Amino acid sequence: MTDTNPIEALASLETEALAAIARASEASALESVRITFLGRSEGRISAILRGLGGLSPEERPLVGQHANRVKNAVSEALEARAAELAGGVAAGSLDLTLPGRRPWQGGLHPITQAVDEIWHIFRELGFSRSRGPEADTEWYNFVALNTPLDHPAADEQDTLYLVDSVLLRSHTSPVQMRTMEKYPPPIRVLAPGWVYRRDTYDATHTPAFMQIEGLVIDEGVSFVDFKATLEEFARRYWGPDTTVRFRPSFFPFTEPSAEVDVKRVITRPDGRQEETDWLEIMGAGMVDPNVIANAGLDPERYTGWAFGMGPGRIAMLKHGVDDLRTFFENDVRFLGQFAS
Amino acid sequence: MNVSIRWLREMVPGLKGTAREIAEHLALRGAPVEEISSPGEGLGDVVIARVITAVQHPNADRLSLCEVDGGSGVVHVVCGAPNVTGGAWYPFAPVDSVLPGDFRIKKAKIRGETSEGMLCSARELGLGADHSGLMELHGAFTPGEPFVAALGLDDWTLDVEITVNRGDLLSHVGIAREAAPLGEGSVRLAEIPGAVPLAARYVEHEERVSSAGVSIRIDDPDLCSRYLGAVLRGVKIGPSPAWLQERLRGAGSRPINNVVDATNYVMLELGQPLHAFDLSRLTDATVVVRRAAESETSFMTLDDEERAITPDMLMICDAVRPVAIAGVMGGLHSEVGDDTVDVLLECALFDPKSIRATRRALIMSTDASYRFERGVDPEGMRTAVERAAALILAIAGGRLDGPILDCCPVPFRPAVVELRLSRIEHLLGIPFESEYVRELLAPLGFTVEGEKDGVLRVRVPGFRSYDVTREVDLIEEVARTHGFDRFPSKLGPGRPGTVPDHPLFQLEDELRATLAGRGLFEAQTPAFAPADQGDVEVSNPVSTAHPVMRRWILPSLLRRLEHNMAHGNRDVRLFEIGTSFRRAGPGEPPHEETHLCAILAGDREPAHWSRPAEPFGVWDVKALFEDVLRRAWGGPVELRAGGTDLDRLDVAMSFEGVIEGGVAVGRAGRVADGALDLPPWAGDVWAIEVTLPAEPAPRVPVTHRPLPQYPSSERDLALLLPEGVTAAAVTEAIRSAGGSELESVDLFDVYTGEGLAEGTRSVAFRLRFRAPERTLKDKEVDRNVGMVLKRLEEDFGVKARG
Repeated sequence: MTDTNPIEALASLETEALAAIARASEASALESVRITFLGRSEGRISAILRGLGGLSPEERPLVGQHANRVKNAVSEALEARAAELAGGVAAGSLDLTLPGRRPWQGGLHPITQAVDEIWHIFRELGFSRSRGPEADTEWYNFVALNTPLDHPAADEQDTLYLVDSVLLRSHTSPVQMRTMEKYPPPIRVLAPGWVYRRDTYDATHTPAFMQIEGLVIDEGVSFVDFKATLEEFARRYWGPDTTVRFRPSFFPFTEPSAEVDVKRVITRPDGRQEETDWLEIMGAGMVDPNVIANAGLDPERYTGWAFGMGPGRIAMLKHGVDDLRTFFENDVRFLGQFAS
Repeated sequence: MNVSIRWLREMVPGLKGTAREIAEHLALRGAPVEEISSPGEGLGDVVIARVITAVQHPNADRLSLCEVDGGSGVVHVVCGAPNVTGGAWYPFAPVDSVLPGDFRIKKAKIRGETSEGMLCSARELGLGADHSGLMELHGAFTPGEPFVAALGLDDWTLDVEITVNRGDLLSHVGIAREAAPLGEGSVRLAEIPGAVPLAARYVEHEERVSSAGVSIRIDDPDLCSRYLGAVLRGVKIGPSPAWLQERLRGAGSRPINNVVDATNYVMLELGQPLHAFDLSRLTDATVVVRRAAESETSFMTLDDEERAITPDMLMICDAVRPVAIAGVMGGLHSEVGDDTVDVLLECALFDPKSIRATRRALIMSTDASYRFERGVDPEGMRTAVERAAALILAIAGGRLDGPILDCCPVPFRPAVVELRLSRIEHLLGIPFESEYVRELLAPLGFTVEGEKDGVLRVRVPGFRSYDVTREVDLIEEVARTHGFDRFPSKLGPGRPGTVPDHPLFQLEDELRATLAGRGLFEAQTPAFAPADQGDVEVSNPVSTAHPVMRRWILPSLLRRLEHNMAHGNRDVRLFEIGTSFRRAGPGEPPHEETHLCAILAGDREPAHWSRPAEPFGVWDVKALFEDVLRRAWGGPVELRAGGTDLDRLDVAMSFEGVIEGGVAVGRAGRVADGALDLPPWAGDVWAIEVTLPAEPAPRVPVTHRPLPQYPSSERDLALLLPEGVTAAAVTEAIRSAGGSELESVDLFDVYTGEGLAEGTRSVAFRLRFRAPERTLKDKEVDRNVGMVLKRLEEDFGVKARG
């Protein structure tokens, strides 16, 4: 111990003491470490504290503070080591069966996880993400999408209105129009986002929910491309044995329109493989020429396809959640089950 | 749309397959089946029985004592129905049989007399509304014969989901056209038992027609393009024959009386809604089709409801007053009843938009309005009215008086659409031959009128005139009838898109990963909020408790915190990235911002045997806030203590994050006590809410700094800060006074208490000095420290502790 800098001396004393504590393998050894460093009369740290009076007025508080901190740190280490030794199975060795120390674990919401999984597959297929406002106009939500306001199709989705012709979008399809207005073809985008409908809460409905829109616009895009790409997605998402079915349907903004169903192969607990029933996963179709024209493009030259799907429903199927409302309770015991 | 399989089989010769197979086929044609049921469901135990004798119950005025032959010996039954008659046939539920609703029949003693079974009314069997007496059965039966088979209730009913564009499928004939490929390919109408061919003649005019003492006039041809009326005189109202009742039940409809049943039958068969008026109730035997007059403000519909009508609604009127809401519902006053003798049968074509507007204004929907809204066949009107007339004459008697009136101000002109074979291939991706296209379209009623240079001229049938108006509509028909599943599944060449991945999605991804990595769980909550939590009102909210769109996410997350703590979850760390709404100019969409909100409650770390628990505190939330702000906004963000416009936070323990230009982009702090309803064991709750940039700037690439070649010198300073002098101010002063060699300033200790004046803090800083090209001498470092101390003394009266 040099007298030139008591703070440095304290630092090296601390290192020395902690090492000695860690080495101590039984209570008696630990006690002698304590006496060496903190003993009232001969302890080396105690000595520095006693020697404070001999220091200059500038040095005194600083050294005092340090000395106190080191003293506390060493005392704590002594206590902790004593506890360790007491808890040990055998004297002389640490009880390694004690639980380890970890930080809190967090995680993403299961619906976000579903959106991300879907997005990652479409990213591999050359898509990027696009977004639009949640409060939009009748033009973007209906009219531009070939849905006249006085057509029954306009109230199939019971819409929530704000003022006049401003509404909460009832689907993510308005992003189709906004993307086509902003960027020239070729367009290959995915648009995940919240949508709103005047539904009351039940096991399969909530008035606000996530939807994912997909849109492809280019020259020479055909029904065959549409079908093949979505089949490719389904097989990457649900596995190579997945069967995909396209059923004719109706959406004002696509023609031909289709509902897409998948039949998965699942492995039962007893190891047997089993086909599921058909599950509806999305509505889709070739973009209606009126929609392409409304975006200022020539529908004779450009064709495309689009789809909309509900990641909430897909998350329900995937995790065996039978009530959509569970996702919105946000109970940490539920969310914790999806933490990776 | 409820479809009777038995009816369908009559209409599609050779129709093969079970109900399930037919349903599967329809699904692949675009008409999925929601449910398959049977009208006889749950009636398997019911038999047909003959009442041999019915006499007065000795102990009860209103009860009869019957001897009943239900096929397994004669039993005694006590019956309360007034119409029970010896020698008649009724449905009978023997002892131990079960009726719909899990109602088990038991042997009982009623007023001292044994009763072994129950004679049933139509309502008890779920077959009609009639509960006034037993369901009387007419025909040749044997006692004990199964009731379901004898009445033809062993039919299957498909509940078919019809998309809004296909009004033509709201009829058996429409479904039959789609099912035809499962049979011989053709469709025909079922034969009506006892009907004689109707040699119908017509009297036509574009504005008004008269015949058989009845006149019809259309005043508003924009809403009614055609109105047909058939005058039937001398009908006798009564129940429909068994075959008709069976048809209606198979199609999910309840029989009412023969005339009404006939109109319903034709509607279910052809999709054309018809209405029968009691002609004697029409003043001057006149029909005027016009909008409601200003003075006509209410109307009693046949369901006994008073409806408020407005002058934009189309009404069917007699010479004086309205008698029906056109295309929606008839009036109570002119309804066909038991005493009706003369009937005016209406078959009209109304404007779909007008019908839709009217029925929406009246908040009602009927089988008729549902069909008119979606469009009924303008070319099938004469077929429909003749068929209904023939059916009424066959089952209710009477005669067709004079020619049928046909008032037609706007004749229908069928559309001819050009279809390019090249465009089919362009859109669908595979070539289609002309011959094959014709084969696909013909069974659906489309006719090819000509072909030139690969362009087909296709005439669209009336029943498809609503949804097929363009080439692409025909291409959809080609794709659909070819079968979507028969297209190859072949990925084609594709070009990469021009749209960049939106940078806000990327920022959200990064923040989500960061926060999840710091132990927070992501939550999702709907953006609806109580009235005091936003200024963007929803005009038709789902719930009156949440009538606005939220301004802040924090209150939603606090509700989730309360939910968690109410369920005993003590450690709750949640975050959400969502949209915040703020009112913009009048009539404009609101301002939207993406916010990130996070809350911390409970302990900083999981409990561990090696250390005591420590709750989250202000320093945790401050650091989280700074990190999120830095990640979100890139550049420097100034933290101001104390100010917040987020009223859920405790002002005294809060921060505001301000970017260049003085814009506040975030708030953080302790949640005010009044904002929470938590169990007594809950401690402080900490929160941040940060606005994310709408278009985050691209991340500036890091330019690396070479690692130092020469050692540094460190000096620790314990400084006495008088009350009111902040650590940030002192740190800043040290930085500016420390000279160019001052590399870093770290605050490592704060002490208050014994030995220090009230309000004074001792704060320790570690200063590191370094020169890039040489080792600094102690003297140089001392000089720099001296300058620092001098500046601190001058600016703040801060002295080194000593």
